[in-house]
Amino acid sequence: MTDGTTSRAATADRTADDTPAARVVDLVKDFSGGVRAMDGITFDIPRGELTSIIGPSGCGKTTTLKIIAGLVEATSGRVEVNGVQVAGPGPDRAFVFQDFALMPWATVLRNAAFGLELRGVPRKEREEIAKEYVGKVGLARFENSYPHQLSGGMRQRVGLARALAVDADILLMDEPFASVDEQIRRRFQEDLLRLLSDEKKTVLFVTHSIEEAVYVSDQVVILTRGPSRVSKVVRPGVDRSGGSDSIRRSPEYLDWVEQIWSELQSYLET
Amino acid sequence: MTVAATTVASRVGRTAAVTGRGARNPWVLRVGSILLVLALWEWGGTAGVSIAFPKCSETLAAFAAMVADGTFAAAYAETAGPLFVGVLLTGVGGVLAGLVMGLSPRAEWMGLPLFIVLQASPSAAIVPLITFVYGIGFAAKVFAVVLLAAPVIVLNSYRGIAHTPRSLLEMSNAFLASRWQRVWKIVIPAGSGLIFAGLRLGLAQGFTGAVLAELIITPTGVGDLITYNRSVADYPRMFAAILSIILVASVSVTVLQRLEQRLFRPEMRLA
Repeated sequence: MTDGTTSRAATADRTADDTPAARVVDLVKDFSGGVRAMDGITFDIPRGELTSIIGPSGCGKTTTLKIIAGLVEATSGRVEVNGVQVAGPGPDRAFVFQDFALMPWATVLRNAAFGLELRGVPRKEREEIAKEYVGKVGLARFENSYPHQLSGGMRQRVGLARALAVDADILLMDEPFASVDEQIRRRFQEDLLRLLSDEKKTVLFVTHSIEEAVYVSDQVVILTRGPSRVSKVVRPGVDRSGGSDSIRRSPEYLDWVEQIWSELQSYLET
Repeated sequence: MTVAATTVASRVGRTAAVTGRGARNPWVLRVGSILLVLALWEWGGTAGVSIAFPKCSETLAAFAAMVADGTFAAAYAETAGPLFVGVLLTGVGGVLAGLVMGLSPRAEWMGLPLFIVLQASPSAAIVPLITFVYGIGFAAKVFAVVLLAAPVIVLNSYRGIAHTPRSLLEMSNAFLASRWQRVWKIVIPAGSGLIFAGLRLGLAQGFTGAVLAELIITPTGVGDLITYNRSVADYPRMFAAILSIILVASVSVTVLQRLEQRLFRPEMRLA
């Protein structure tokens, strides 16, 4: 793992810290039938930060994320990762799925190691790496369990371990906590922030919860209703030194929630 | 005694909590239902449903005698050849055909209607026609097995492959799977439930095909045991032959199920 850290530090040195990890330039997406879903979405994803995308439902948050992942093709526009235009999925990006997308026939360990397995990493090596991340997401005792034996929150932790194990620069998370209940969601948010500060990843995070966006993000991209555009990019930068409860009560946090809510509200009226 | 009873009760309770109602103790239920059917059979035989309907006990005695004197061994040795070759051909070819149809829209367009028509057609009526082409030998019997087993194996494999969960395909794509890795590591394990269900049904259909060929084309093997004993009115032996087919088919189907769990779905052993 020391190797991974060094190489990541080296990459960070090569590309000066202020260049964005990824840029989304003028993305347009028409669905079959000619319905325009996205109409020129442009924003930067700063390196080493957590950016979230928020917007009215059906505004193409997930589609934007999937275009960046290379899973969906844009009608026009481009996505650059580390200055290179993407043409499909790549080793520089890892995806965390809303519905977990775990293989029911594989153990937690094999699921977590699956990205490495597909890359041809020898079994012993990939299991060692996967073990480390399964431990980091708090599932060390469940390595040999199968997904159906785990709760929703635990399954998503496996999805997170799988994405972390391939050591991509950018983590793309599609409403990762949508199918997790509120208490577990909060625990999970804490754990995610702690993990990310250790791993120094760039994260793009789709959510429909304003509180979640303000709580976890350095930058929030607010989209308009479809055909969607970027309505506003804000940087809440909530001071996280005081622990989760004091953050959630801080006037600064509540102000940001309020501000984003009023921004979004204008798109909700029909 | 009390302690033992409580332990059993608590274990039964726990299983019930896990699997839900109706499966409290599978073994008791299974043995119970078999005994119930045998008892009804015995009663039906005594009540004189028909002179061609022997009692259960007579049939079981005939069964034991046929095992002892090697009748079954000889008959199954004869039937096993075409059955084995036919099921093997259909198993390999059918799963492959289903795979190709599930993966390629063009193959689906060309192949699917054929197998749907074949499945809907009255196969027993087609079996005699085989003799015009393949005569009455080994090939004709193999063909009968294939004719009955193929549609269900191909169609189930096709359904299993065509309905791979989209999210798993997307996941394999996101984590850079090659086409071959996607098929081998995602599509086949995800479809294995339906593929193996097709193989099990196909095996059972294959038995029907083999026996049908022996009844209709040439009286040999297990089919001949039925035909011959019916013609000499030895009904217990005729029913014993039918019973043996059911037993052999069930055992083969169970073996296939175990094989599936071992190969592709280890989590089902825990479920």
